This record gives sequence, structure tokens and C-alpha cells, in this order.
Amino acid sequence: MTRFVERHPARALIVIIAIALALWLIFAVWPPGLEDAIGRKRVFLNAVFNGITLGGLYFLVASGFTLIFGLMRNVNLAHGSLYLFGGYVGYAISASTGSWILSFIIAFILTALVGVLLQVVVFRRMEGQDLRQTMVTIGLSIVFADLMLWACGADFYQIQTPNWLIGPIELPLITAIKSSGEPVYLRYPLVRLVIFAASVVIGVAMWLALNRTRMGMIIRAGVDDRDILAATGVRIQVVFVLVFALGAGLAGIAGVVGGTFQSLSPGEDIRFLLASLVVVIVGGMGSIPGAALGALIIGLAEQLGSVYIPTYAIVVTFLIMVLVLAVRPQGLLARR
Amino acid sequence: MSVTHDARVQVRPATAQRPTARAWPDINNPAAWIVAVILLIMPLIANGFFLIEIFATTLILGTIALSLMLLAGYGGMVSLMQLTIAGFAAYMVAVFGVSGNANISLGWPWWLAVPMALALATMFGTLGGALAVRTEGIYTIMITLAIGAAFYYFTNQNWAIFNGHTGINTVSTPHFWGVNWRADIPFYYIVLAVAALCYFAVEYVSRAPFGMALQGVRDNPRRMAALGFNVNAHRVAAYAVASFIAGLAGVLQVWNYRQISPGSVSVGACIDVLIIAVVGGITRPIGPYIGALVFVLLRTFALDFLIKIGLDGNRFRLLIGLGFLAIVFWSSDGVIGLWQRWRQSQRPAASRPGGGRGHG
Repeated sequence: MTRFVERHPARALIVIIAIALALWLIFAVWPPGLEDAIGRKRVFLNAVFNGITLGGLYFLVASGFTLIFGLMRNVNLAHGSLYLFGGYVGYAISASTGSWILSFIIAFILTALVGVLLQVVVFRRMEGQDLRQTMVTIGLSIVFADLMLWACGADFYQIQTPNWLIGPIELPLITAIKSSGEPVYLRYPLVRLVIFAASVVIGVAMWLALNRTRMGMIIRAGVDDRDILAATGVRIQVVFVLVFALGAGLAGIAGVVGGTFQSLSPGEDIRFLLASLVVVIVGGMGSIPGAALGALIIGLAEQLGSVYIPTYAIVVTFLIMVLVLAVRPQGLLARR
Repeated sequence: MSVTHDARVQVRPATAQRPTARAWPDINNPAAWIVAVILLIMPLIANGFFLIEIFATTLILGTIALSLMLLAGYGGMVSLMQLTIAGFAAYMVAVFGVSGNANISLGWPWWLAVPMALALATMFGTLGGALAVRTEGIYTIMITLAIGAAFYYFTNQNWAIFNGHTGINTVSTPHFWGVNWRADIPFYYIVLAVAALCYFAVEYVSRAPFGMALQGVRDNPRRMAALGFNVNAHRVAAYAVASFIAGLAGVLQVWNYRQISPGSVSVGACIDVLIIAVVGGITRPIGPYIGALVFVLLRTFALDFLIKIGLDGNRFRLLIGLGFLAIVFWSSDGVIGLWQRWRQSQRPAASRPGGGRGHG
């Protein structure tokens, strides 16, 4: 952080000013002139919170994607299918047992198993052939999509939010001052905040695991140079299988989250595949902090865009990607 | 770096087969002449349904896949946005030309709207390519897929130009010299002419200095850069050529269906183009057309076929996906590769061309 400030003082200043402005917009009571110009503060705050929580969901999907890519150089275009599969599994579990937490566990285990199968049966046989692996994942995503359409139909499914999470919660953020002088606080769905907190916890846990444990050290070494790592005697195939299982499992969890936030239907796989692609392109391939930053940026851009410039929301996301590619083709937080 | 190895693995058979002389290889091949004659007299053989739904559609899809083949086979860049470029050209024809949505279409005559659409599509594709070449190999797939998906969602959301998810309907087709060019037989010949033009153009490009340099860039970009070639300029130029070809196919597509909607530029359709090219084989220009024929035949008849053997007719995409997987697993250069291997196994082993690395 300090190195960034030392090396790019001007950029750091811009970033600091932007953050300060954002904080002011969130915490201050808006003067009437501003409300006239860009609408109510409640709308803005809701969009910001939606964006941040959506970013949490995107992070869950994209972190697995970027982890798998970073270690195995495998662009897993079937990642969206894993997401949708996890969602359907979660729906089935929560509908039959009524337990929301259990649906997460089962979805994680089952998608991780699918990931292990993919790695052992398919990708190990074509190691080092990136393009062919990618093509195979495209084929797999088509097959999976059709199998799931076959099994689940084209209906919309929504996973039932558990009772203790239903309903809004009042946040200590003032959206407006009533004429009586009484402040109005922001009310926001509790479940989204809980899920966001959970994804932050997962992200921090992943970061700690990668940076503070022996296994994480092996994985980071593998990201840098897997050949040398294999030469030092690490059983790299086992590491590959574990990482693939973790990445796929995260996609499965994200599926349950997405099924609770939004809904599950055919086509969602492609939507979330695209989201994770853009997130990792923006954040930097193979970097977990990059995925977090990218997910936050894309989530915010999507939600703010859909509130303030509805017909061009997707273009904003796309423009961010283009901008990043033009300025930093390797992604914002990638090392290479 | 590893991507260049990949490309080399894929193109090895083709380069081993291809003679070094700069001659048209098809001229001495009787099979090519037979195919050409059959295609020319097709209206005598096939009725309207087969002529348009099967053969014209095959040729249009094949031309889109041909543009991908040019990029992937000669440039080593797998672009998933070729269909998007074709769709963009189609949209532009509908927007500038005459259509049922009078509030959107500008009503230009076709001879003005089509060049405009082609120019814009080429520009669009070149810009997308300029973005994509900033990264390499598998990243190209992701970026072009992201562009394709962004365009699909944009057409869905935008009502001012693209008319949202309903798209633009009843696009008018050219009508001059007393001929309705959208009538089955004239349209078939237009499609055939364009497809043949694109096919031979790609054949020519592959032999021209530009194509040679492009293949050099594919095999070893560093060495080409050291030799003084501008690697990125060659790649972007390849995108420009491919975009023009895809744009032509897009114009034909919108005339074929007389409408264009986001469904035609969906992500699934983008991936279909990749499937077509890979199933046919991305080492030779004829591959995409073979792949397109297989794809169109499957798409049209899979339903009846599946029901006939007692399965659910809606599982057409499963069939396509499994076929694609099989091709990727066992023959990295598609149907052409299978055919070549079969031919080689028929020949005595001594006359087999050396399978070594022909270049590098």
C-alpha cells in the first residue's frame, strides 16, 4: 500500500479523493440540491448495498474460477454450470429438508465431487493443452446445461430464505431527515447482509489459507511455477484435485446464495460465467484479492448502472473491462 | 507461451499435407470439382426447403465459422465473437435499411445500407480484435466471449437502436433487375457466390505474404517480432479480414430470416460457431463448411431421429455437446482430421508425409 502511494502519488490521491467522496455520499445527509440532481439518497444507498452484496456473490463464483485458472491454467468455462448445479442441489435439499445451512454443505460437497471427477477423468488427460482444455469445458458446459434442463425443466426456482433471516434490518445510515427533524434510517434485507458477511469471511479465510499455511504455500508456488513445484517432490496431482474441488465447491455455494438472492433458471449459468469472466479480467487472472476487487467494482457498476442509466447498464460493465484491458491488460491486481 | 505449443499441435497435420508450392490445391482435385458442380446445380436437385433451410443456411453458418477458422487456424486466436460481428452487421442492415419497425430503420436502399453495415461491422470487429490482441491465447477466448455476451445483453436492454428483445422484424430484401433476390433460387446463388468468394479469399490469404506472416506469428510470435514483423498489426489485420467475412455472412443471414433479434446473437449461438469450426476442422477453409453441414443436418433432423430411436427429441443440444466433446477428445482437427487419418491409413506407410514439426 505504501509502495503504491510512493510510486504513484497522483493516482493515490485520486483514489483517496474518490473513496472520501464515496464515504461522504454514503454517510452524510444529502443537501437538497444534490437530491434534486441525482434523486433520493435511499435509492442510491440501496443501489450501493445491492452492488456490494452482489459483488460478494460474484466474488464467490469468481474466486473459484480464478483459483483454478491460476494453478492449472485451465479456463473452466463450465464454471457457470457448476454454479447452477450447486443452486439446483441447494434448492432440492432446502425444499426437502427445510434446512438452509444443510443445503450449503450438500451443495459444496456435491459440486466439489463433480470438480474432482472433472479433474481426474477429463483434465488430467490433457494437461498442458490449455486450448483443448478450454474447448472441452465448453463442450461440458453445453452437456451440463442440457442435462440440467432435462432434469429441472425451464422453471424458475427460488430457495426459501430461512425464517430467522427474513425481513429488513435498520442500519445506522440516515437516508433523509423528516420535516419533524426525525432522521429516517436505511432498512435493508438482513439475508443479503449475512450472505455478504459470509462471503467476506470465506474470502479472508481463503486469503489466510493461501498466505499462512503450508498448503497455501504449495498452491502459491504452483501458481508461480508448477513444473519446479512438481520437481521438488510435491504430489502436484493431489494439489490439483484439491484446488479443483475447492473452486468447484465455492461455485456450488455461490449457486445456493444466488438461488436465495435471485432465482435459478437455465441461462443463469452463462450469466454467472460471464460475470466471473469480467470480474477476473478486471481484477487479474489467478489473484484472489483481484477477484475481490473486480467483484466489488463489477457489482457496484452493475447495480448503480441499472439505477441511473438503465438501458446502458451492461455497457458500463463492459466499458470498465475495456478500460482495464487498455490500461492494464493483465488486470488490476495481477502481478505479471 | 504454452498456447503457441497448442496451436502447433493442432496445425501439424495440415502443414505436413500442404504442398509448399503456391498453387491452388483444389484445381487438381476431382472431388472438389464434383462438389462445385453439385453446388451449382443444386436448385435442380433440391426443393425450396432443402435449398434454403439446409444448404443456404449451411453456407451462411459455414462462412461465419470460416472467419473463425481464419483467425484460429492461421492466427492461433480463437475468437468467440465472430457471430456477434455477423449479428452486428445484420442489425445494421436492419437499422439502416427498410424494415417493419419504421421508427428505428432509416430506410436507406440496400446498396447503401449493406456497405454501411459491412464497414461498421468490420470496424466493430477490428476494435474488438484490437482489444483481444492485448492479451494472448486462452485470454482471447474469454475476452471475445465477454464481448459477445455484452453485445447480447446490450441488444436485449437497448430499445432505441436494437428494439430490445423483440428485435427488428420484416427486414426488406433486395429487389432489382426484375428479380426478387430473396426468392429461393436467386438467394441460394447469392449465398453460394458469397460463400465461394470468401472461401477462395481465405485460401488466397493463407498463401499470400500476409497469411504466411500470420501463420508465422501464430507459431512463434517472438521470432516474427525479431524478424521485424509487427505482430499485433498482423493480428489486428486478421481480425479485420475475418470481421468483413463475418459481416458478409451476417447480411445474408438477416436477408434469409428477414428479421434479427437478440436470440440470434446469444452466447449459445456464439459457441455454436466455435463448435461448427472445431467439428469441421480449423486447419483448412473447407472445414467450417463441413462442420456447418453436420450441424445444420443435426439441428434439423435430430428431433425426428431421436424420437425414431425412442429418445426425447429435445435433447438435440446434448447430442451436439457430446459430439463436440468426442471430436475434441479424439481428433483435434475435426472431421477433416479423421478423414485425413483414414486416408493415410489406407496408404502404404512409406508414402506417408512426415508428421514431424514442419516449422518452428
